Amino acid sequence: MKNYTTLRLAIDIGGTFTDTVMMNQDGSVVASTKTLTTHENPANGALEGAKRALDSVSGSMADVSGFIHGTTLATNALLEKRGARVATITTEGFRDILEIAYERRFSQYDINLQKTDLLVTRERSLTVPERMSASGDVLLPLDESCVQGLLDTLEAVGAEAVAICLIHAYANPAHEERLRALLHAARPDLVISISSEVSPEAREFDRLCTTVANAYIQPLMARYLDAFAAQFASEGITCPILMMTAGGGMTTIQTAAQFPIRLVESGPAGGAILAARIAAENDLDEVLSFDVGGTTAKLCLIDNAQPQTSRHFEIGRAARFIKGSGMPVRIPVIEMIEIGAGGGSIADVDRLGRLTVGPKSAGSEPGPVAFGRGGTDPTVSDADIALGYIQAETFAEGQFAIDADAAKAALRDTIGQRLGLDAYEAADGVSRIVDESMASAGRTHAVESGKELGQRTMIAFGGNGPLHACRVARSAGVDRILIPANPSVGSAVGFLYAPVSFEIVRSRYSMLQSLDLAVINQLFVAMCGEALDVVRQGDATGPVVTRRSAYMRYNGQGHEIEISLPDRTLTAEDIVPLSEAFEAAYARQFSRPVPGMLIEILNWSVQVSTEAKPIAETGDIPKANNFSVDHTRTIFCDVDGIQKEAGFVHRSDLKAGDHVLGPALIVEPQTTTLVGADFNLNVDARGNLILTREVTA
Amino acid sequence: MNDISPARLQVMWNRLLAVVEEQGQTLIRAAFSPIVRECGDISAGIFDAKGQMLAQAVTGTPGHINTMAEAVKTLRERFPAQMMKPGDIYMTNDPWLASGHLNDFLLMMPVFKNNQVVGYTSCTSHLVDLGGLGMGPEGSDIYDEGLLIPPCKLVSEGEINALLMDIVRANSREPVANDGDIYALIACCEAGSERLLAMMDEYHLDDLDTLSDYIIATSKRGTLEAIAEVPEGVYVNEMTMDGYEAPLTLKATLTVKHDQLHLDFAGTSGCSSKGINVPLNYATAYSVFAMRCIIGSDIPNNAGSLEPFVVTGPSDCILNAQHPAPVAMRHTLGQMTPDLVLGCLHQALPGQVPAEGASCMFDLPMRNVAEAARDGGHEFAIELVHNGGTGARSASDGLSATAFPSGVFGSQVEITEAAAPVIVWKRELLPDSGGAGEYRGGLGQRIEMTSAIDEPFLVFLSVERLRNPAKGRAGGAAGAPGRIRVSGRDADIPGKCELRVEKGERLIFDTPGGGGFGAPQLRDADALAHDVACGVVSNIAAQASYGGDT
Repeated sequence: MKNYTTLRLAIDIGGTFTDTVMMNQDGSVVASTKTLTTHENPANGALEGAKRALDSVSGSMADVSGFIHGTTLATNALLEKRGARVATITTEGFRDILEIAYERRFSQYDINLQKTDLLVTRERSLTVPERMSASGDVLLPLDESCVQGLLDTLEAVGAEAVAICLIHAYANPAHEERLRALLHAARPDLVISISSEVSPEAREFDRLCTTVANAYIQPLMARYLDAFAAQFASEGITCPILMMTAGGGMTTIQTAAQFPIRLVESGPAGGAILAARIAAENDLDEVLSFDVGGTTAKLCLIDNAQPQTSRHFEIGRAARFIKGSGMPVRIPVIEMIEIGAGGGSIADVDRLGRLTVGPKSAGSEPGPVAFGRGGTDPTVSDADIALGYIQAETFAEGQFAIDADAAKAALRDTIGQRLGLDAYEAADGVSRIVDESMASAGRTHAVESGKELGQRTMIAFGGNGPLHACRVARSAGVDRILIPANPSVGSAVGFLYAPVSFEIVRSRYSMLQSLDLAVINQLFVAMCGEALDVVRQGDATGPVVTRRSAYMRYNGQGHEIEISLPDRTLTAEDIVPLSEAFEAAYARQFSRPVPGMLIEILNWSVQVSTEAKPIAETGDIPKANNFSVDHTRTIFCDVDGIQKEAGFVHRSDLKAGDHVLGPALIVEPQTTTLVGADFNLNVDARGNLILTREVTA
Repeated sequence: MNDISPARLQVMWNRLLAVVEEQGQTLIRAAFSPIVRECGDISAGIFDAKGQMLAQAVTGTPGHINTMAEAVKTLRERFPAQMMKPGDIYMTNDPWLASGHLNDFLLMMPVFKNNQVVGYTSCTSHLVDLGGLGMGPEGSDIYDEGLLIPPCKLVSEGEINALLMDIVRANSREPVANDGDIYALIACCEAGSERLLAMMDEYHLDDLDTLSDYIIATSKRGTLEAIAEVPEGVYVNEMTMDGYEAPLTLKATLTVKHDQLHLDFAGTSGCSSKGINVPLNYATAYSVFAMRCIIGSDIPNNAGSLEPFVVTGPSDCILNAQHPAPVAMRHTLGQMTPDLVLGCLHQALPGQVPAEGASCMFDLPMRNVAEAARDGGHEFAIELVHNGGTGARSASDGLSATAFPSGVFGSQVEITEAAAPVIVWKRELLPDSGGAGEYRGGLGQRIEMTSAIDEPFLVFLSVERLRNPAKGRAGGAAGAPGRIRVSGRDADIPGKCELRVEKGERLIFDTPGGGGFGAPQLRDADALAHDVACGVVSNIAAQASYGGDT
């Protein structure tokens, strides 16, 4: 029997698994599957997932009225260096923007440090005589007689894609556009990205990096997106396929093919969108989203059901996830911190006798010791198994066996013997170190964003999120956790809540007190028009929301604060309220405003998105009921390290209103929720698990 | 309190390291001084009740390593803990107590729990202008260089001392930015204090004693193990520097024993009459940084890991300048001490120590000429930072146009031009400037600029290695020296002076290249061919310096 009238399909292709989720017209998840990612042609795995999900509801491709796709392909191509051979063209005198960068080493004490590979060698770095001023005036016209020489060099170095980034092109794109036209006239096949389109912001290094990264993956992504769409079309999909972006919105395949850099990290963005939707459904003003997989943990701050956003992201940070060690790109992203801590993270003891965990991961191959697939280094999952938190009988729906004794032996031999601990103490140590590093990432991230963690509700998902939520929350001073339905495919569920949206940021330096309103209003008209055009390709008629903001700081500072602007023409009356809004935001971050300062604005942004779907009402408040726990398992308590009996409950047996005391293990396909001894669990009207910590006075 | 497990102590240690990073971020984000906000020239640390440093943020510059640790000890002696009240904050910019010149302000805040001082947070940041002759080497004594504030109470129970703020404001060309930076320092101390207390609450700690003992003992043990791997002996190195009025000798003797590294500057030239002298605290900071890059670099900075490193120098040598010597540009020579120290260590640990590099950053404060301000012209002040090449390593090339030993960021041209009426016409690597070797030294860069508005501007120069380039090691050749020129003028510009660039003139800087490592003839043929293809080594140089046949 069909339990739907329309179906919306989301497919998230990750490094190991492809997650597929289907939702009906009421916004209920009617099917979800995990299939192995098929690296040869990722569309095959996606197709298998879609078919399986459709079979489970007796549906067909033609029933699918909405299709959202996210993929790590763009990210992986950048990480694994599988992109095109890119050449750069910069202003004469600036051949080495990439190599000179910020002239710094990302690791202070590392004498043998190697700089980040930014994809383009000096051989493929070309220049052209021209020059704009900071205000966009032509100081030196574009020397068009050089174009033939450029074409010859491009040919000679075998360039497959070109990134053009001229000094101050964000202020006046004329030379970049003209140069592209001239190159295209001779070589229509050449893939060209220009900085004034990809990332029209000041700072030549960041803008060039972004343009290079875009050009690098453009040929590959354009081919992939074409083939993906064609394959699904031939299977009977009739609706347009929309792509999930790093900024948490959706865009058309055409826009994605032009600006593929905006597709990086779209999976994690989906997770943040899910958390934001749950925050809205549950009236949670302050949320910490906590997404833990096998290799990394992603934490994101969500205020008033809006994920925090940023315009800066680093691709491929060095081993220890050191800030500044990756390739910077400036695109709208959902701001999150990602650290190398997940179920597969490997534990070890360093020279000082300090216990370390990650960022090296055993991944899915060879995997944790307990999986018996060749792994010999103890991992976080091995510690969780030794402590009794992962039970062999329910793990991965019983699909493969778990050798708990092997996990314990590895912990004892690798960690315990060097620190004088037994296997359980070693496991407890591993757990504490990894949980503290996740909590510490969250705290540092909160501070960098000028926010607090303590009052937040943590929304935990991903394969390992529910398992570590209590432990990390305790360390981060968080007292309330929410585990949504289908937590292990959270990102794909999030795709289905994402709006069609597009964001544009432009640099236009101004002092707030002497703002040229005509110029800024004109800038906004153009930006709103461009963003709306993109959105209309994905949703032709629906109502849209426009968010405008300005990035302000005190004159003389280096870091801006985003301040919302009204969605209308600005007038002189707006100046005072905006200055007050900035001072209030400043005081929240830095304890007090600084008297007597002028305020300046660097960047202006517009985001146009379709409206979020209304939130369904819940029924009555469920009647409270003490769930009777029939089974227990022995665990080592994560609070005091003492052996205890923990309740053992299948999530499918719980109903709204049920109440369970910690310690308990709540198991469901593909993940387990550990309810710590200091936490209680309640099931809310929507079926979310709400874990609350008893705070000792 | 004594039965906390090592794993839990380690978690708390990690937390302290996170807290100081948070403190550092707060300071950088709120800062006004360009060299702080763009370049991270700050420090932040946490101390126990005895004033022993437990954790220090890894920030843009090593110039604050141990200077901060020593400063907190001094301030604690000056102000007894029993006189302190919650919300108090102490401050000084005395170069011999804080960080080597007047621009560096150091704040210290006691942290209270149950009415007891349980520890301290401290931070240092570079303020833009303290009056006097400003950021340049021209002062003849410390009084020429501006306002010195002895240790004093800046904030009393949460109330900022208004008179003190007025005095700082009245003595600066940049009163507003200075105000903002002092507010940023206060926010940094307060943030650190709050986070430390939150951690103590979470772990039910009433004091930091057990944690402090653990951190210091573990770090000291690790550092001593690392020192034990260095062969005992006495290693001497000497370098000639450009200096101000005459060339200078920097000399160091490193005595390695199983439990101590003692560095002494005996034999180093006496002080200069101009502001390139270095207080010992600052010379120590950079020297210890260099030693710790090679020895136990994975152990965080704290009282335990720093204790085995002892640095001394004869009073009044230029690396141990005494009050009232002028010290405004103390970083020019201070940043050369790592090359001096590494030259000693190379003898003890051949094959682990890189060749000499450009080392001293090209820190270029610029501003409008005085008459422009008087005649209603354009007023501006910026401080550009650019770097030369680093020395080649024993198994890889040096890094081109990269800061070492300092960790500051280079300026972006688009930001420079938006902030000041200059146009940068060129910023490109300088071919053939890296010292030849089996591994090549990093390249310097050429920067060319003019005024954007046809008005003259001033540059305050205090740079090194225009006459004494970075030497190679193990048979590697020296890097190219730096050079400063103005188009149309016959003579090169000296490295230390106040330079006036007239309208229509083009200022041209070449930053120095790094030295090479190993004999050039041993360079891998593919690596050399790649260098030639990329244009970082010319065909002529490939033949002349490498004997290559490319």
